[in-house]
Amino acid sequence: MTEKTDITLTVNGRDFAVTVEPRRTLADTIRDDCGQTGTHIGCEHGVCGACTVLLDGEPVRSCLMFAVQAEGREIRTVEGLAADGALSPLQQAFIDNHALQCGFCTPGFLMLATGVLERDPDIGEDELREVLSSNLCRCTGYQNIVKAVKSAAATMKAGR
Amino acid sequence: MGASFFGARVVRLEDAALLTGRGRFTDDIRIPGTLHAAFVRSPFAHARIGGIDAAAARAMPGVIGVWTLADLPEELRGKSLLLLLPNPAISQPLMPTVLAGDEARYVGEAVAVVVAETRPLAEDAAAAVIVDWDPLPAASDARDALKPGAPVAHSGTENNIAARFVNAYGDIDAAFVRAAHVVREDILHHRGGGHAMEGRAVLAHHDAEESRTMVWSATQAPHQVKRNLIGLLGWDENEIDVIAPDVGGGFGPKAMFYIEEAIIPLLARTLRRPVKWTEDRREHFLCASQERDQYWNVEAAFDAEGRLLGVRGTMIHDNGAYIPWGIVSPLISSTTVPGPYVLPAYRLETTVALTNKVQVTPVRGAGRPQAVFAMERLMDAGARALGLDAAEIRRRNLIPADLMPYDVGLIFRDGKPVTYDSGDYPRCQAEAEALAGYAGFEARREAARAEGRVIGIGIANYVEGTGLGPFEGATVRIGPSGKIMVASGAAPQGQGHRTTMAQLCAEKFGVGVADIEVVLADTTAIAHGVGTFASRIACNAMPSVHLASIDVRDKAVRVAAHMLEAAEEDIELEGGKAFVRGVPEMALTLGQIAHAVAGTPGYALPPGLDPGLESTHYFSPAAAAYCNGTHIAEVEVDVETGHVTILRYVTGHDAGRLINPLIVDGQVQGGVAHGVGNALFEALHFDAEANPLTTTFADYIIPGACDVPWAETVHIESPSPLNPLGVKGAGEGGTIPAAAAIVSAIEDALKEYGARFPYVPVTPSDIVGAIAAAEA
Repeated sequence: MTEKTDITLTVNGRDFAVTVEPRRTLADTIRDDCGQTGTHIGCEHGVCGACTVLLDGEPVRSCLMFAVQAEGREIRTVEGLAADGALSPLQQAFIDNHALQCGFCTPGFLMLATGVLERDPDIGEDELREVLSSNLCRCTGYQNIVKAVKSAAATMKAGR
Repeated sequence: MGASFFGARVVRLEDAALLTGRGRFTDDIRIPGTLHAAFVRSPFAHARIGGIDAAAARAMPGVIGVWTLADLPEELRGKSLLLLLPNPAISQPLMPTVLAGDEARYVGEAVAVVVAETRPLAEDAAAAVIVDWDPLPAASDARDALKPGAPVAHSGTENNIAARFVNAYGDIDAAFVRAAHVVREDILHHRGGGHAMEGRAVLAHHDAEESRTMVWSATQAPHQVKRNLIGLLGWDENEIDVIAPDVGGGFGPKAMFYIEEAIIPLLARTLRRPVKWTEDRREHFLCASQERDQYWNVEAAFDAEGRLLGVRGTMIHDNGAYIPWGIVSPLISSTTVPGPYVLPAYRLETTVALTNKVQVTPVRGAGRPQAVFAMERLMDAGARALGLDAAEIRRRNLIPADLMPYDVGLIFRDGKPVTYDSGDYPRCQAEAEALAGYAGFEARREAARAEGRVIGIGIANYVEGTGLGPFEGATVRIGPSGKIMVASGAAPQGQGHRTTMAQLCAEKFGVGVADIEVVLADTTAIAHGVGTFASRIACNAMPSVHLASIDVRDKAVRVAAHMLEAAEEDIELEGGKAFVRGVPEMALTLGQIAHAVAGTPGYALPPGLDPGLESTHYFSPAAAAYCNGTHIAEVEVDVETGHVTILRYVTGHDAGRLINPLIVDGQVQGGVAHGVGNALFEALHFDAEANPLTTTFADYIIPGACDVPWAETVHIESPSPLNPLGVKGAGEGGTIPAAAAIVSAIEDALKEYGARFPYVPVTPSDIVGAIAAAEA
């Protein structure tokens, strides 16, 4: 259990050679071994979604995966959303719509919504709300998060 | 003067960092060489500790050490945590030592701490610490705990009564003698926890060269953490810096001082290495403060027209094993009952019970949701007894605006009379009714019925004492760099203090909000601070920012007038520069002005001017500012499944003048979400031995994106006369009446079944059960 193994994780296009115990979660590894602390850990039992990252484009709970399972996969985290310092339309929409308060759950919502909009840019409001209900936020009451994602979807569509 | 930012929907300065992964929460802070702590916690609600064998744990790889109470410095062993808010009504001021010694009194109470090179190794070792537990009978249900012969929560005590007190005024017996109608409610009001998405966390680093210990804590009150550390550890003020970095939500529980906040700094100094502890969600369920149960037995007397004559009754409050915040929550409950109504007589006898559960301290709303639920249920019961509409009976009892300021006849938790400072309660309810289309509801009910749908409407009012003193301060300073800095002890956890403070400061200097640097929640940046809780920052900290900014601006003008050889009244400040009106090319930057009063060795300052462009204000409001509101919920109930859908949610909200409506609307919306959780989902269950049964987000349901309605809000801005900005607090109003409004709407939807829910949360199985019982 405590015997370590060498793996390489690809996070936001950058390779990280790390040495981890097999029991180490992907969330802990991204934060502690790759130093990408934007991914947060809220419950460690897969309910809150604060640790959501994109794994080959799909939103996953990084607290429910072992790091060794993510080797060879493309991992994207909140640190990779802004390109050359320019916020993504989704990040900007979160500012414009006051879609975050404390900001702790926000990276998880951003990755969840990024994955959803990449997969289904025309997602309807009811389905979007259903998808967003997979993550928890205690501050905002969700309305502004839904608004922000809808607004970002419109912006992205206009820019396509 | 530049743009006024007061009242503008300014987007937040906080957001960009938080959206790009550059937030800096306590667990994100990395100091090389950091050690990690894990706690050994009691698996029993009540147990004697026969002995602790940590030999095996100490021998494990990577383990630096294991400490029990007996291993801590002698002067700390006998010390209890400070009871922060004493009150003469408290008969048993019971507080814990930093680790449990002879006895553990709730599941999760810490008995030892392990420090290791990594957190997993620390947890492995914690599991290897052998404790000789001798389980004792536990006090679980607060009502049972008060019965003669009940097991005591603390061995060696006589009973489980922590405090008893009565709040009363008027001739209550006469009110009931002459009543035309008397209604009674027996209520179990359960409130859950705060459940910020970030748990608690503490990191401490001792700098041996500087002989200072830096403490980062996910706290709502860094200055209180520092004060507690001084009191417990005997350290000097100058040896400790406490910083609350980005904090991932507070909601009350993080306003407490916890044992981990004492132990981690102590170990960092002992070991001369940084030590970190990050609470996991299970620990948060076990060890972070909760608000839990109150049992209300109350009755209301009405005259023949539905006017209140009196309310009386008893209330039992479960406070858990310790009382760190004294009796604040039940005291607030007791003084909140009269609310917005003319209530001629009142008497509530409150008993605060000790149980073998984690301590109760305020959670968003702080005792008020319970009181509002009790009062609003009595109003609904009165409406039924008199055959009146629910809004109408309230309308008949609301305090008229021309009676403001209104003295209720009670003493608030700050020791001052409950005097409502301003507000127009009838207008607030009327505007909420108009927005909700209250008058047209029966037509909607009929239309729904025709479609086979069952809908109902509920209404609830509240008044909330906000802005408790004694103070919160701000320093505004401009150095030779020209940068305008605001420092305050008002630690934020998502409320946008940085933005709001920048708004108030920037407009004094004709600069943009982004030009203001705001330093918050750092005990070194400002000497004194109280903390962010009790919806108090708007009324305490914001006036301080406002007044200190005016001081610094005025001084900058004086210095500039001297430097430009002009009259003060001819100086204008715009874009961070001072110039003589009409001669913008003769301008001085704020940096140049600051430099002039920064002092040159041996040279006198300009005549009549003291050093520095700096001012500190600690604004201290004379009394609490009372905000108020009306919530109206329209719900659909699925009579087959018991599922409740909130179709519309309207709030009439009066928090005085709004500095930033974008942020206030966010607070209301988030507060309503918490209230929806209290109404429909959130319950901390314990068994008869006080074992917690809800320790994950799978057992304890927090509302999600499909559960929370949009809170459509109409703001009534009755300025508070108690501060120069006319503001009141806005952090809790969204939560306070929500459960009352939602449960009222559910009962209204099910009125043909006569279903009553004198409790929260109301779950689908409760609803299905009530319908089945009615049909049986």
